[in-house]
Amino acid sequence: MRNGTASRVGTHALLLLSGVLAVLPFVSIGLISLYPPDQAPTGLALPHTINFGNYARAWNVANFSTLLRSSGIVALVVVPLAGLICILTGYAFGTMRFRCMKPLFVLFLVGLLMPFEATIIPLYYDLRAIGLSNTYPGLILPEAALFVSFGTFWMRAQFLSTSRALVEAARLDGANSWTTLWRILVPGAMPAITTMTVLFFIWSWNEFLLALVLASDPSVQTAPAGLAFFFGEHVTDVPGLAAAAFIVTTPALIVYVLLQRSFIQGVTSGGVKG
Amino acid sequence: MTTTPGRDAPPGEPRRIAYLYLLPGLLLTSLFVLLPLIHTGWLSLFQWDGASVGQWVGLANYEKIFAAARLRELFLHSAVLIVFYSVIPVGLGLFITALMTRRPVRGMTAYRTVLFVPQSVSLVVIAVAWQWMYAPNGIVNAVLGTRRAWLGDFGWALPAIGLIGSWLLTGLCLVLFVAGIQKIDPELYAAARIDGASPVDEFRYVTLPGLRAEISVAVTLTVVAGLRSFDLVYVLTKGGPGTSTSVPGLEIFERAFSRGQVGSASSLAVVLTVLIFAITALIGRLSKEPA
Repeated sequence: MRNGTASRVGTHALLLLSGVLAVLPFVSIGLISLYPPDQAPTGLALPHTINFGNYARAWNVANFSTLLRSSGIVALVVVPLAGLICILTGYAFGTMRFRCMKPLFVLFLVGLLMPFEATIIPLYYDLRAIGLSNTYPGLILPEAALFVSFGTFWMRAQFLSTSRALVEAARLDGANSWTTLWRILVPGAMPAITTMTVLFFIWSWNEFLLALVLASDPSVQTAPAGLAFFFGEHVTDVPGLAAAAFIVTTPALIVYVLLQRSFIQGVTSGGVKG
Repeated sequence: MTTTPGRDAPPGEPRRIAYLYLLPGLLLTSLFVLLPLIHTGWLSLFQWDGASVGQWVGLANYEKIFAAARLRELFLHSAVLIVFYSVIPVGLGLFITALMTRRPVRGMTAYRTVLFVPQSVSLVVIAVAWQWMYAPNGIVNAVLGTRRAWLGDFGWALPAIGLIGSWLLTGLCLVLFVAGIQKIDPELYAAARIDGASPVDEFRYVTLPGLRAEISVAVTLTVVAGLRSFDLVYVLTKGGPGTSTSVPGLEIFERAFSRGQVGSASSLAVVLTVLIFAITALIGRLSKEPA
């Protein structure tokens, strides 16, 4: 027999337990990142005095000012670049008819589920051959290219669902295709564009394999790759590592907290790239 | 108007200007996705150390994947990880969803926000957090009353990494399913109850078919995550101890960039990619068939 109240209480208990488990590892290293130097890390014990020295140490040793700057540069170029391209391709696929539309769309879809492993080997050797390894463009362009497949798919769906009458009316009024896109369609597509932007930012910020292979030089290394290197060198310095992990996460976490609705919507409709 | 577009066709006459809009995307995709992909296939037919001139070996690299136990083991480990990354999260997600009330839950937005936090965090950060969870003096050992070095243990390292995947992806599945179940028509449950359906029947005949789209998304995302699984393995175990946690992604990386076996790495990359495409297509097809 289903009892309304019991079932509600049980539901909250289940969700609460799942939620606690979801953040437990982060809470744990969050506590340890604040430990004073004389306290040995154990379980979920609270630090006996709050100490930010681990953050200062990690920041200096792993050179986070450079790492965060590189990650920021890459993300701040990849997001608008890929976003703009996807608005254009999504517009063409979603509102226009032209020869070879199907085969061209399939070409864009290839990257949708393709793992980076599939292209990383020639990318490394070819970019090195033309002098683009360990440069920002050498990381930004491949990253943007793989995001474009999801974005094209995403923006096409958005533009397909917008009113056809709206586009026709704009055209009869003499608006050209460029004006129609930016004046009529883009304002109505802002929620979809926001979701795409948030996904691109978080994917770019967290991208690991590509950054590890194409940007290994400290001058262009991004934060996750830098953290992995720091991890290898200082595996016993748990408080320092915990602090470093929080430094790397913070920008993506801020974006997540501010725009979580968009992010969750994007991921749950199939948008995952990692 | 020369033609009447069908219901699904985009509006407007055929427009050549479309190619102009596609140009930047097509350029980027061709140069950094399609050409490298073809190049990977080409490289897989050679024996090449990355520096000198490569030697054509035909399909020999592929034959080795099927012949060498060392390489087959990679895909065996992937299969184990798929159980942890996909079967457990989808199963557990469905189970928890079934136990929950179907009415909209007060505070669901807050729960959802918390459950989804791991999705926004870099896998390297997740690796750092779990390295500590699994440490001899860490939380897992504290709860179990043991002092095992989980990630350094031949038998436990792979399941330990797998459990990180279960932890990571159960939240994703749960959020998907809870959103999906609220879209199922409550009338269906009322009708089932009138017919004398037990809670188990309800789950089987109403909930499961109603969640088909969400289950399909969840299975695709989680299986692909299990097949890839490079980041966690690279940071936590580098395939060790021994080769007990070696997976295709890591092996590709090591062969291509540190062991000078570029051709063999490329053949592994091709097999991994084909596998991902095939499984995705299969799931897409299965999910369209009526239950």
